[in-house]
Amino acid sequence: MRVVVDLNRCQGYAQCAFLAPDVFAMHGEEALLYDAQPDDAHRADVLRAVAACPVRAITVEGAGGRWTADRVGASDGA
Amino acid sequence: MALDGSLERLRREGHIVVVGASLAGLRAAETLREEGFTGTLTMIGDEPHEPYDRPPLSKQVLLGLVPVDRTALPRRRAIDARWRLGVAATALDMAAKRVTLADGTSVEYDRLLIATGVRSRPWPNELEAGLDGVFVLRTTDDAARLVHRLRAGPRRVLVIGAGFTGSEIASVCRERELPVTVAERGPAPLVGALGGVIGEVAAELQHQYGVDLRCGVMVTGLEGDGAGRLRRAHFSDGDALDAEVAVVALGATRNTEWLAGSGLAAGPRGIACDAGCRAFDVRGIVSDDVFVAGDVARSPHPLFGYQFLSLEHWGNAVAQAEVAAHNMISPGERRRPHLWTPYFWSAQFGRNIKSVGVPNMADQILVSQGSLSEHRFTAVYGYQGRVIAAVTFDQAKWLEFYQRQIERAAPFPLPFTTVDRRTEGMRPVPAGFPDPSVPSHGPEVTVSGHSPTDQRVTFTPA
Repeated sequence: MRVVVDLNRCQGYAQCAFLAPDVFAMHGEEALLYDAQPDDAHRADVLRAVAACPVRAITVEGAGGRWTADRVGASDGA
Repeated sequence: MALDGSLERLRREGHIVVVGASLAGLRAAETLREEGFTGTLTMIGDEPHEPYDRPPLSKQVLLGLVPVDRTALPRRRAIDARWRLGVAATALDMAAKRVTLADGTSVEYDRLLIATGVRSRPWPNELEAGLDGVFVLRTTDDAARLVHRLRAGPRRVLVIGAGFTGSEIASVCRERELPVTVAERGPAPLVGALGGVIGEVAAELQHQYGVDLRCGVMVTGLEGDGAGRLRRAHFSDGDALDAEVAVVALGATRNTEWLAGSGLAAGPRGIACDAGCRAFDVRGIVSDDVFVAGDVARSPHPLFGYQFLSLEHWGNAVAQAEVAAHNMISPGERRRPHLWTPYFWSAQFGRNIKSVGVPNMADQILVSQGSLSEHRFTAVYGYQGRVIAAVTFDQAKWLEFYQRQIERAAPFPLPFTTVDRRTEGMRPVPAGFPDPSVPSHGPEVTVSGHSPTDQRVTFTPA
């Protein structure tokens, strides 16, 4: 599976690092590092992380995933 | 004008060619399909890989936490494209509406999107650049070579240039417990992008993490041994340093050479386009067939005096690609401007650095929250009495508030108090940006062009 985090949007709440620790990890107090192509075995954890992210910064491709990262700072409507 | 016959035909059966198969090119292609383009779509990319994400390369990939071949970008949707990967575009004929490729073939288009991005500026001496042990970091192949060498445990790594990429590489080296020297021509790390006040903080962090930081010096030569391996570096202050690895992090150069002679307004500082992403030709007239998005674009931003901004930012590539794609298949009155407020992040030395706005336009800076000495703060940048940018170190949650201040041109200094304001944040001080006419690794954001308010032109190093 494929994952991307909009790190402009991420504010370091670390919910993903608790829910899918094999995929997301805090580096220092606020910076997030993650595996962009985790094994499918982690899919359920990753989807929980997507749902729990307070700023909806995580996007997953494919089943159960959908594009959720809105543009940051764009003032034009979609 | 409603959808006239020709636009309707374009949307149904036209041929759109996207040159550049990275973040901006991919997101544009997805947007074209999302918005109903059913014609032929061709994606041309000089790298052999499918679109992948670059920011992890200097962070989790270099740290060895994630394999180098595992940063492919997720797809929003199927784009049903003809992919021409591993073959660069070499020429554009605007009259014939044709792109020529490196393998001698050519592709004709009805509309063209140029998203060729940037590449690492190489070490200027070709012989020295070719030494075994001299690297740049931009592509996944670059990352694979560098991570392989770091894993072998070199006795010392030299990083040339202390912009964001150079600083992130140095940070990774220290986490890998490798001895690292950073050489920076300017007075401090990150000074071109964030100014001297924040540059001081960046320097403190590098010292704290054990980097041998040398500012105000240039690397004048790289010396190899008999087998062509890097052995030593020489500095402008006369010093020399033994190093097995040198990473050249002197900023980026825009991939516009293939457009020479095409008649497009393309040069070392990018391709000029309007806020609707339509490319200017050399006469200053916008094209209706050729669009630009991502790092290679320079476009005027109303918030910043209509100056042409050229942004090497992940979020800008996404937002501009979406606008360009929408405008490529929309009639005039439905076109949208690219009004993205510049936003970027960097993770280094245990800190999360984020920025909004255009810091290097600023004349003054004020630490509005937290403290520089704690390396955890929010700094606001002012330009001629208005808020123009903000930077946080481990305080990302406040940044959105400052984005709103920038977007409504709030007065600087802010006429109200802020949470966790310290005595150091009571008075603005000069932001400390170096003279942009002096060559350096180059700021992340270059600001140039005519401003209708003061007709001032700011030149930045190419």
